[in-house]
Amino acid sequence: MPEQSVSGSDRLLMDGISKHFGGVTALNKVTFSAQAGEIHALVGENGAGKSTLMKILAGAYLPDEGMVYVDGCAACIHNPMDAIKLGISVIYQEFALMPDMTVAENVFIDEINSGKNRLINWKELFAKTRVILDELGFGNIPANKQVRELPIACQQIVEICKALSRSSSILVLDEPTAVLSTVEAEQLSGLLKKLRNAGTTIIYISHRLNEIFSLCDRATVLRDGEIVGTAIVAQTDEQSLVNMMIGRKLQDYFPKRESRIGDIIFEAKNIVSGNLVQDVSFYVREGEVFGLSGLVGAGRTETLMAILGELKRDGGQIFVKGQEVKIHSPLTALHAGVSLLPEDRKGQGVLLELPILHNITISCLNKLTKAFGILDFHREREEGNALAEKLRIKMGALSDPASSLSGGNQQKVAISKLLGADSRILLFDEPTRGVDVGAKIEIYKIINELAAEGYAIVMVSSEMPEIIGMCDRACVMRGGRITGELSRDELTEQNLINLSMEVKAS
Amino acid sequence: MIEEQASFDVKNFLRVYSPFIILIGLIVIATFLSPVFLSKENIFNIFRQEAAPMLLALGSMLVIVTGGIDLSTGANLAISNVIVAYFMTNIGLFTPGGVWVCILLGILIGLAFGCASGVIVAWLKMPSFIVTLAMMTMVRGVAYVITLGSPIRLPVDPQQNVGSFAFFNFGQYGDPIIGMPYTAWIVIAFIIFFWFLMKYSTFGRLIVATGSNSDAARLAGINVKKYTFSAYAISGALAGVAGVLLTARAGIATPSAGTGWELDAIAAVVIGGASLAGGKGKVANTVVGVFIIALIANIMTLLAVPPYPQQIIQGAIIIVAVLLNAGKDK
Repeated sequence: MPEQSVSGSDRLLMDGISKHFGGVTALNKVTFSAQAGEIHALVGENGAGKSTLMKILAGAYLPDEGMVYVDGCAACIHNPMDAIKLGISVIYQEFALMPDMTVAENVFIDEINSGKNRLINWKELFAKTRVILDELGFGNIPANKQVRELPIACQQIVEICKALSRSSSILVLDEPTAVLSTVEAEQLSGLLKKLRNAGTTIIYISHRLNEIFSLCDRATVLRDGEIVGTAIVAQTDEQSLVNMMIGRKLQDYFPKRESRIGDIIFEAKNIVSGNLVQDVSFYVREGEVFGLSGLVGAGRTETLMAILGELKRDGGQIFVKGQEVKIHSPLTALHAGVSLLPEDRKGQGVLLELPILHNITISCLNKLTKAFGILDFHREREEGNALAEKLRIKMGALSDPASSLSGGNQQKVAISKLLGADSRILLFDEPTRGVDVGAKIEIYKIINELAAEGYAIVMVSSEMPEIIGMCDRACVMRGGRITGELSRDELTEQNLINLSMEVKAS
Repeated sequence: MIEEQASFDVKNFLRVYSPFIILIGLIVIATFLSPVFLSKENIFNIFRQEAAPMLLALGSMLVIVTGGIDLSTGANLAISNVIVAYFMTNIGLFTPGGVWVCILLGILIGLAFGCASGVIVAWLKMPSFIVTLAMMTMVRGVAYVITLGSPIRLPVDPQQNVGSFAFFNFGQYGDPIIGMPYTAWIVIAFIIFFWFLMKYSTFGRLIVATGSNSDAARLAGINVKKYTFSAYAISGALAGVAGVLLTARAGIATPSAGTGWELDAIAAVVIGGASLAGGKGKVANTVVGVFIIALIANIMTLLAVPPYPQQIIQGAIIIVAVLLNAGKDK
């Protein structure tokens, strides 16, 4: 049941908010409220709808239904400017700062942009910024320095100052500590508490449960676009919060599959890349679907990119069929029989402007080329038709551009490209991201069929049900490291969450 | 309902064929305006004049398809132009065999500078605009250094300079049957070759893929650097060939030859409907684009419009032409 504590002191009330993207329901009649002078945590798995809800508050998205009330008055938020005028500031993980401008300019960008003064009074600007910074206890940040030169933590402070210069009464922080060190995070906590005591409403999105318990007053849990409930932090513990987050029924749309697992065909040993990927090792066997789970930013995509050599690899070895292979680019990976289905379908997976056929055969043109580099159009068409049929791609004609397809069918085209290249080791990065449920099921079926044919599949997924429903085995990553490996029997949301977040045993 | 269907088709037809329609329109206008226009002499004259610009445009098109831009084609043409004449005159390679060496050197020098641009763009990842701008300045400088700033005239004494004389004549005359200039025949061969290359070869396919989305192409295991590099190298070599043809036609080499031609070449490619963002560009459309620019100039010359106002009109027409096709993508 949604919470029912609509008291008079609600600073913010988001009432019955729904949002659909195509056929996907991101938010379903969500009612969320926050009071003045509280830090309210918003928690939930990846894709639970936290970001969508906050983007609606910020005016980045329009809700399909529902109303937002600020201080009891209905608020029409049609664009980011409306939200700012209502005193709502959202600080995203990617900052909205202008790196080449000074701290002061960034903090007072609205004022500069307002056009009230044609000239900038630098002295006054720096002085005003100084006052805000000093008030917050950050006398060490110079107001006249370029933001680019500041450490990340200070940039975050600048974002907060900007929000304060707008006299924001509602401050939303999306994973603010993801980029901060422990000391910096503590500094931020201190600042937030100060703001709360001054009456600001702070909505705090975080995956770090310990922060929620040390900082927040209340916590609201979202799951699958719905509110599970709101808890008073002092009266609950980590485990019960986790229990609220999971408990999602395993949808029966994961088709059953008989795994016939063969020998180890691919092994990555001690992969290191900067501090994004630290000493990651895993193996996959023929006919196996191996999952890489973890939260966004845990280093899963980076691990795949480091294996392919797209990200500089500082250490580690890669073995295919027991033989060490030197992979330093996607091309050399292809030669070794390793192919990637990239996470960003439109940006990296398919070439939208090009015909479907050209997309399908892009990685295997060498085997379709006759003498003098001339393409064998007849065989290319055969190959394209065969793969389109195998993956049940719904399309007009092979010559139509890939952009004419639905998201799910575009993803199938991207998969067919890997199959055409005769790779036996398939790295799928978020294979079902941004496709509707029907297409998801189709893609699950395809993955199962490929596994049955003996392909070895590594599947990165942020959706835990997907990992549980699809994988024979999975590793969980956190902070660039593998925190544990789970066999099929051990694959439960409880275990996945425990390994992907820092949950204290209680 | 039916009308809607029909109007959609017209739109699509215009989008795809607008360069061709513009060209036909220009031909019709020119025919009405000047009785001379459709004469064999005038047509072949246009062909002869456009030989070198056509090759520059083909090279520019390849580079634009990869998502880059080549500002050095005009300078590459000039250096080839100068090298050919310099070796014939000063080194004495005006014998029949020597002329072939000169031609080869002209093409190779263009290729070399094209390769240099290609390496810097593909491997050092510098923006093509900057790289080819710098290359243009440098190469033009080399051309001035070699010639010391003054033109080199080809030695064309039929008794003594047999090869050089033949080379010069090759640039002046047409074939004995229909009288089409020899240089035009060569350019036609190049057009057919590149049309074939872009349509039927793996190379053409992958160069388009590279320009369409280089991230996606690289992740699909395509050697994006190789294809990017190749485009600049080929563009350089084509400018080299253009320089050779220009030397034969003019009988004289100047270090300032082809100044600003790189921009005409780019304009022609864009008028032909290519996207500067890459991934789009057709040989046939580029050929049409070159002729559109050429005809605008030709019509105005036939109408005795003085050269300075010609420039104004030419610029305006380029904008209109691009508005008619590329603008509609949005």
